[in-house]
Amino acid sequence: MTKMFGEPIKRVEDRRLVTGAGAFLDDLGHDALAAALVRSPHAHARIVDIDVTAALDVDGLVAIYTYDDLTGPLADPLPLLIPHPALTHGRTAYALARDQVNHVGEPIAMVVARDRYVAEDAAERIAVTYEPLPAVVGIDAARAAAHLVHDDVPGNVGARMMQEYGDAEAAIAGAPHRLTLDLTVERSASTPLETRGVLARWDNESQRLRLWSSTQTSTGLRAAVAAKLGLDLTNVEVITPDVGGGFGVKIMHPWPEEVLVPMAARALGQPVKFTEDRREHFIAAAHERAQQHHVEVGFDDEGRLLGLHVTFWHDHGAYTPYGLIVPIVTSTQLLGPYKPGAYRVEFESLYTNTVIVTPYRGAGRPQGAFVMERTLDAIARELRLDRVAVRETNFIQPDEMPYDFGLTFQDGRPLVYDSGDFPASMEKLKKLVGWDSFEAFRAAARADGRQVGIGLACYVEVTGVGPYVGGHVLIETSGKVKVATGLTTQGQGHQTVFAQIVADELGVRMEDVEVVTGDTRRFPYAVGTFASRAAVMSGSAIALAARAAREKVLRVAAEALEADPKDLEIVEGIVRVKGNPGAEIALGTVAVLSNPLRYAFDEASKAATQFAVGDPGKPPVAEDDEPGIEGRDYYSPPHATFANGMHAVIVETDPDTAEITILKYCVVHDCGNLINPRIVEGQIHGGVAQGVGGALYERMAYDEHGQLQNASFMDFLMPYVTEVPRGIEIDHLETPSPLNPLGIKGAGEAGVIPSAAVFASAIEDAEGFPITAMPISPSDLFALRQQNQEGSR
Amino acid sequence: MSAEPLHDVGLVVNGAAHSVRVPARRLLSDCLRHDMRLTGTHVGCEHGVCGACTVLLDGEPVRSCLLLAVSVDGHEITTVEGLAGLTGELSPVQQAFEDCHGLQCGFCTPGFLTTITAGLRATPDPTEDDAREMIGGNLCRCTGYQNIVAAVLRAAELSR
Repeated sequence: MTKMFGEPIKRVEDRRLVTGAGAFLDDLGHDALAAALVRSPHAHARIVDIDVTAALDVDGLVAIYTYDDLTGPLADPLPLLIPHPALTHGRTAYALARDQVNHVGEPIAMVVARDRYVAEDAAERIAVTYEPLPAVVGIDAARAAAHLVHDDVPGNVGARMMQEYGDAEAAIAGAPHRLTLDLTVERSASTPLETRGVLARWDNESQRLRLWSSTQTSTGLRAAVAAKLGLDLTNVEVITPDVGGGFGVKIMHPWPEEVLVPMAARALGQPVKFTEDRREHFIAAAHERAQQHHVEVGFDDEGRLLGLHVTFWHDHGAYTPYGLIVPIVTSTQLLGPYKPGAYRVEFESLYTNTVIVTPYRGAGRPQGAFVMERTLDAIARELRLDRVAVRETNFIQPDEMPYDFGLTFQDGRPLVYDSGDFPASMEKLKKLVGWDSFEAFRAAARADGRQVGIGLACYVEVTGVGPYVGGHVLIETSGKVKVATGLTTQGQGHQTVFAQIVADELGVRMEDVEVVTGDTRRFPYAVGTFASRAAVMSGSAIALAARAAREKVLRVAAEALEADPKDLEIVEGIVRVKGNPGAEIALGTVAVLSNPLRYAFDEASKAATQFAVGDPGKPPVAEDDEPGIEGRDYYSPPHATFANGMHAVIVETDPDTAEITILKYCVVHDCGNLINPRIVEGQIHGGVAQGVGGALYERMAYDEHGQLQNASFMDFLMPYVTEVPRGIEIDHLETPSPLNPLGIKGAGEAGVIPSAAVFASAIEDAEGFPITAMPISPSDLFALRQQNQEGSR
Repeated sequence: MSAEPLHDVGLVVNGAAHSVRVPARRLLSDCLRHDMRLTGTHVGCEHGVCGACTVLLDGEPVRSCLLLAVSVDGHEITTVEGLAGLTGELSPVQQAFEDCHGLQCGFCTPGFLTTITAGLRATPDPTEDDAREMIGGNLCRCTGYQNIVAAVLRAAELSR
């Protein structure tokens, strides 16, 4: 039987999705009432009055809710999901604004009506009187603190945090060379094609709530909704339907709508649905990326980092429901594959009157990679050294693994790299992109009047963070294998890769394995899908669960076949005695034998009658046993596993228009053992495309009043096919993780992490002046050229 | 505010006649999805930019989020649900997406499938440039388009 692990198997998800049979959130609940939200048009204002009178005679209106209608825990601020001692001034919003709004898009009232058209009719007739306040927009304004977002948060500072090892200040002071850099990254956002959405159905007879949400965490949402609605956890079920992309934004929970919609469904006794529209997703979901960084670095003649001191300012928007995850990731993952002699990092996390910030694919790592890689390029430039050489000088070597920095990661665990071979990856990348022959290419291009540049960037990514994930494997009497895991799926192909794992572990056919994710009825314990953790965490848990099931299969089958379990093998769903043709039993029959029922009702039961298992002197279900073939296990690693990679890009910049064209894009990627190379490459392609967007096109264009000027797909420039590289060359290095049973590491976010860094490197190489802020548009580049020309006059 | 006037709209969708009574402002996308419960057509941006809602109107690709249902009364519509054969066999474009890993979350996919179906009728033997041109008006946030371009070429091959 062919091993499934490692094979580029076609996805089992696709048949439904290409025939229109997918079931996304808004495809459900045709009988549901529709919700629409009245949202603040002001970035910062006091609410003076809400007058709903004009909305009341809208035909089809069912209910209007404002803050005054919220009771019990619903009237409290939404939870601060991930507290941290450094987050001394954490603030969260109310589900509906109480007396103040702090960003455009903050919800003030919820309307429930016959359909969304009618709900919007009513929403626009609700008159809210505001007393506008000065808006704090952008990091400069937040730091200046001429105005405060929250009156009780001095200086707009939500958190201050510092980590260090060694004495960076002294190391820098004593270094032969020193540089300072100021580096900026602007706001962007996950922007999945499917917006947020939630559907709630309250069953009055059983007093149970069933909730569907386009979420990255059904279990987290379940607990949050139970707490907010005062329900016992067992009376709340959360089901994740097909989710049309997440990229981080859907890990945030509970969104205001996720508690308001079930509240209304319970109050009205009818199903209620909210489907976010595109403008709402821009102004009422979450953004990321905006940070300013100041770097002081000391280095020797070879470019060795002796001391690195990074200070940065993180714009977390109006509230901090997701804690300090993003800036902590930046502060730790900034180090990448390098080992500065001493390191000090400190940041301030700042309030602004803009949309909240929660992780977006990469989650602070793109900024960290940008800072470190820009610094190394600046050192190479200063010392007139090859950029590769400077990186090689600073690499952690394979024989130094596991490598402990003495720092603490965002999960509270020590930052210890488990594996990776950075020099080998760099060799592969140099070959792939043609690093050593680039100068000849540049000269040839120059002779044609063309301007080209090459850039490279490296990263290390913490993947598969804890605390744990569980898996459940059940073998039915039909021989079919039902697998469940608690975390959710947004297009990563989990149903395929988890089935591959189970098929191998159990010796069954892929088509006999069915995988369910994100349904709390099937598996109530989990955290969620984020931090490139699903394959590592659920994959490992499911493998362990399958092994437990296999052990029981072999035990029961050995008894039935009167053989030693060690002599058995399972091939295509049949347990057989090795080297003894005919001595075999189907998995389904083993499932029957494992469950001493009184009743027989299928073919497997009939087949089972020819075998005898169980000790007549003992109870039918022995003390240490249970009926059925099931495996349930959890994977909880001591700390996360570290994937890594290196990207290189060759760009051409138009001498007249400053247009930036990608000539070649190369990726060397190490995510340990590959479960399905086709899916891993797909993840890389998608990450690179998002990275191109983030580096060259996408920014949240807020004006000084906190109005988002580009809150539509017409104006927020996501890449079409015309903007992505024509071909992405990929090479894999597989250094298996020693931390989990499959030797795998995460792959989901990798493609996007080094993008801003690699493009800045290449554009700087083409233009000959420093690139210190991303994204960079042709107009930005054009302006930079003029500044640099003026500067050099 | 009194109830809106309703209008009778007759459409032939995927070969089957449908009649609905809808307000004048009912978008074709909402009419297909919520009145006819053909939810394969997805809505990604509501302003004609992303192409997820693309359906074929008398064989030509249109953005169903920019059309009013009343404005296409009497016309023929093909949605993603109508691409496969009567016995469920995948169309060449659907098969190619499966073969080439042309989708991840699958939300934008119906719009690509309908767009490419029409595109290959006009350009049955596309070059890679033609393939890129063909899908140049549709947004996908997952795949980076690499495998969608491959799927266009593969679909052309399967159609030969």
